[in-house]
Amino acid sequence: MNESLGHIFVDAFLINNFVLCVFLGMCSFLGLSSKVSTAWRMGVSVIFVITVSAILSYGTNLILVAFHAEYLRLITYIVIIAATVQLTEMFIKKKSPELFRELGIYLPLITTNCAVLAVPLFQTARGYNLLQSTVFALAASGGYCMAMVLLALVRERTELSDVPSLARGTALTLVLASILSMAFMGFAGMGGGG
Amino acid sequence: MKETAPNPFINGLWRQNPTFVQILGMCPTLAITNSVQNAIAMGLATAFVLICSNGLIAAIRKHVPKQVRIATYIAIIATAVTVTDYLVKAISISVYKALGPFIPLIVANCLVLERAEGFAAKKPVIPSMMDGAGMGLGFAFGLTCLGTVREVLGAGTFLGIHLFGPNFEPWVLFLLPPGGFISLAIWLLIFASYRERKDRRERARAALLTIQPAEVQS
Repeated sequence: MNESLGHIFVDAFLINNFVLCVFLGMCSFLGLSSKVSTAWRMGVSVIFVITVSAILSYGTNLILVAFHAEYLRLITYIVIIAATVQLTEMFIKKKSPELFRELGIYLPLITTNCAVLAVPLFQTARGYNLLQSTVFALAASGGYCMAMVLLALVRERTELSDVPSLARGTALTLVLASILSMAFMGFAGMGGGG
Repeated sequence: MKETAPNPFINGLWRQNPTFVQILGMCPTLAITNSVQNAIAMGLATAFVLICSNGLIAAIRKHVPKQVRIATYIAIIATAVTVTDYLVKAISISVYKALGPFIPLIVANCLVLERAEGFAAKKPVIPSMMDGAGMGLGFAFGLTCLGTVREVLGAGTFLGIHLFGPNFEPWVLFLLPPGGFISLAIWLLIFASYRERKDRRERARAALLTIQPAEVQS
């Protein structure tokens, strides 16, 4: 695989946006996007977790391949992610206790965010090298963060509008997400048919 | 409603349906449901993982220290998923290719961890496995509902059988990502309105019951 870094970046950030086109990280996307500030913080912590765990799992994969133990891949990746989340938690707790309080329960939940697990799996499947993996991780998580903030911006607007009581909550959010996703389909031609 | 201890199997299948009531495990729900076949395969794979992991976790629940329980659960779930991954590969390569990365991603399905933490960690082995089966089949049911809408509207087929004859113009949008969001929204609305109507009827009946004795006296 010899994709250029720019192509990888645009592909993961816009064309195959992790949230709106590949459907990864749905739970937090629907659950945490009611306020822009929360969405933004969640997005940034996910960027951190994804990038660190992608680099770590790249190294671990080399070791696993050397020992012909590919069947352990999934378990090692999930352990790496859990450790990274723990690390992030300690880091944030030390650096900014108020942010830690605000993120609360959602921080440990990053462990079960499928977007985080998908990045190492995809980079292994596509055979990226270290630099490509890092760019891919940054782009994918950046795309996640962007989608979160976009949806949160729209949801803050709809807060005041008069919605039928049945559609309040998840159904409305899903319709909004669908419209966002349609907008993102417009990027599909950018990758040169890719 | 009286709170009787519900049968864990029925509970997962209908009352606490993971897709329509709890809204858990959204990623495969939206990503894999562009055909009925994929939806059923994904649902069964998840059900298998749920039964295995719930059973195992319930079996060792008394030996796991509280602090490391989540990590232990995840390791067990990851093992079950790895088994499933190789099983699906052995049973059908075409299904394996269609589901792609979403089989390993069952590990990160919040439904599986939620059932481990919320049910299997407190209950004995057999009810936990029943709960896993109910939840898993409920999940499969939800996926199939969604897959039906998307495949019928988006491709004009059901399980690969053409339904509408040659003049049908497929509504491709439903196979693409936006269609996933929209059709899930529609299903949620249908179920919400069903529940609300049921609620209203029950309230009306309760009101009737409280009024009647008074009328009899007068």
